[in-house]
Amino acid sequence: MGKIKKTVYPLEEILIRHFSNHFERLSSHDIPKVTKMRREAMAAFQQTGFPHKKMENWRNTDMEGVYEEELAVFDREIPFEKALSEIFLCEVHGFEARVLSVLNGSFYSSEEEKLTVDKNGVIVGSLAKAMQEYPELVEKYYGEIMQQTDGFKSLNTAMAADGVFIYVPDNVEVENTFQIINILNKPKLVINVRNLIILGKNARLRLLHCDDSVNHHAGFINKVSETYLGENAELELYKLQNLNNETALLNQTAIHQSANSRLKVNVLSLNGGLIRNEITDLMNGEGAWSDIRGLYLMDQQQHIDNQVFVYHNMPHCNSNQLFKGILDNEATGVFNGYIYVARDAQQTNAFQRNSNILLTKTAQVDTMPHLEIYADDVKCSHGASVGQLDNEALFYLMQRGIPFDDARMLLLYAYADAIIKEISISALRISIEDMVKRRLRGDLSICDRCVLHCSNPASPVIFDIDLSKI
Amino acid sequence: MLLNIKNLHVSIDGKEIIKGLNFSVNKGEIHAIMGPNGTGKSTLAAAITGREGYEITQGEIIFKGQVINDWSPDKRANEGVFLSFQYPIEIPGVSMTNFMRTALNARREYRKLPPVSAGDFLRKMEEKKKLVDIQSKLTNRSVNEGFSGGEKKKNEIFQMAMLEPELAILDETDSGLDIDALKVVANGVNQLKSGENAFIVITHYQRLLEYIVPDFVHVMYDGRIVKSGGKGLALELEERGYEWIKEQFDD
Ligand SMILES: Nc1ncnc2c1ncn2[C@@H]1O[C@H](COP(=O)(O)OP(=O)(O)O)[C@@H](O)[C@H]1O
Ligand SMILES: [Mg+2]
Repeated sequence: MGKIKKTVYPLEEILIRHFSNHFERLSSHDIPKVTKMRREAMAAFQQTGFPHKKMENWRNTDMEGVYEEELAVFDREIPFEKALSEIFLCEVHGFEARVLSVLNGSFYSSEEEKLTVDKNGVIVGSLAKAMQEYPELVEKYYGEIMQQTDGFKSLNTAMAADGVFIYVPDNVEVENTFQIINILNKPKLVINVRNLIILGKNARLRLLHCDDSVNHHAGFINKVSETYLGENAELELYKLQNLNNETALLNQTAIHQSANSRLKVNVLSLNGGLIRNEITDLMNGEGAWSDIRGLYLMDQQQHIDNQVFVYHNMPHCNSNQLFKGILDNEATGVFNGYIYVARDAQQTNAFQRNSNILLTKTAQVDTMPHLEIYADDVKCSHGASVGQLDNEALFYLMQRGIPFDDARMLLLYAYADAIIKEISISALRISIEDMVKRRLRGDLSICDRCVLHCSNPASPVIFDIDLSKI
Repeated sequence: MLLNIKNLHVSIDGKEIIKGLNFSVNKGEIHAIMGPNGTGKSTLAAAITGREGYEITQGEIIFKGQVINDWSPDKRANEGVFLSFQYPIEIPGVSMTNFMRTALNARREYRKLPPVSAGDFLRKMEEKKKLVDIQSKLTNRSVNEGFSGGEKKKNEIFQMAMLEPELAILDETDSGLDIDALKVVANGVNQLKSGENAFIVITHYQRLLEYIVPDFVHVMYDGRIVKSGGKGLALELEERGYEWIKEQFDD
């Protein structure tokens, strides 16, 4: 029996060693269920190791570079010294949000604010703390939503020490937008971070989830977020990613949707060496609705991978996926959109679309729909396109006197707008519009004459003049 | 002379389409260019406006005394050349107001003028929309998106009115228009016409020329202007068709 020895990467060894050396500390805040899961998950990880390019879902995303890195595991609490705003200036301005900071993988706040209960019963804070104070809540949902489909999820389950916990009780509509800010500020870290978000019946929450770098250090973030939506609950989830070229981010989100719940996801990937967003939408109740969108603007040698899995497990559900991307230089992209319709999931509507603009001959994208449909009363469509900037449109704009750079910007922005305009919080939308314009503009010169005040964000962004008002 | 074209040769993908064309336009004039399909009328318009892929292999295009052969399309536009496209393109996501304001400000910057104020801009929009009978809704929409054929052509004339070019080329602006829309378009042109600007009207039909009265009519055939005359020539073409021209020049 020729047992083939699988390559063990240096990073795997580091992680496994860390796990056995520091298990006591790692599990010190745990509820028993989580400790048990850690052991099992580590055993699974030792079996499977890191995902590799021979696996169907990893064919076009190569993480070898990360596996070879000499990264250090970091899973300690960071003593609270100063507010995060002194370390990091958020790019999203001008809208009221309740900020939850996660620094190098652990919830970062003063001791009193580690876990707070609002008047309306909303519980917000550190997941590690929540395990101690609300063990029954964590126990009920933790590990129940995200399946361990590959080594990264097992690794996260084994080693994540902390993250954000949010609980919105039945019938509570949260007024403020919550904003989770994840940052790394130490060099060469591998971070496993875990979030648990629970919305009760008829609950409502808007959540902005930001991943940012504050320096140019390399790092690897392996994040798992489990989200539970009770009956008729509504979640608007925005993910904003602006990371340096040395960072690899794995963002694995699974959402359980109960009957008649509504989910809006908007993933905006502006920068990052390697970003992979996995969104698993489990439509487990009748009448659930979801709209999952994404915009990615990549350049240099950045890599973006969006994997969306929508499971229509029950009848009368509607889902829509729309992902758009602009890839410049040698950037590469992957879109993998999966729609599953169970046999009993009649009267399903499921749509999916991915479109890409490649600005150079060296940029590349792999886009793949996967449909698995077992019901017969189903409306389902999918489409993918890869193209260049429209030269006819470019000429039309230039014929009206608009210089090439501005014409190009206008077209790229118009292309991106289909995603941005869906952001319902207007202050957030304006802020993101501005970031996208600056992203698209790069270092090009000031353009005050253009209505897209790109390089002058301080001046108000006046976009459309509403003629119906005059 | 506003425009002077000397011995112009234009190729697309190495294939010569314009084959030695001479043509000049003075301020205050309206020129009609007629001719059968595929003789190079739109190619001429593309060469004058600097479209990519239309290679000038010989000759000169002189606008206001300067050779513009190598100028970018936006520079030509900002110097005063305007094209009403035969097939106006749809640009989803770019609103008409945003587009026009950007275009107007590009022109102002080119002339070292400060950007137009929001108030002045809106007033101008309103005024010019009336000129071509555009309802307010139109300008809130994306450029040409979902416009009917007639609306697209009106929109071209509206843009011309906004940008006030010195030389406007109308490439089959009349085709596909009903008589009412045709009158609106013609009326727009006539109101903009002055001693300081000029129009080149490319058309198949003499119908438009009843409303936009040309000073000169040219017949284009196989990449050249083969016949020029007064407005009577348009009537003659209407009656006799192009066959006699073809017979005369095919050898
Ligand atoms: N983009 C193009 N690529 C290749 N051939 C073209 C292109 N545009 C025009 N042509 C060719 O050039 C010739 C003249 O076309 P065009 O200028 O459109 O004629 P007209 O406007 O007089 O009908 C035709 O033979 C046409 O097929
Ligand atoms: Mg033509």
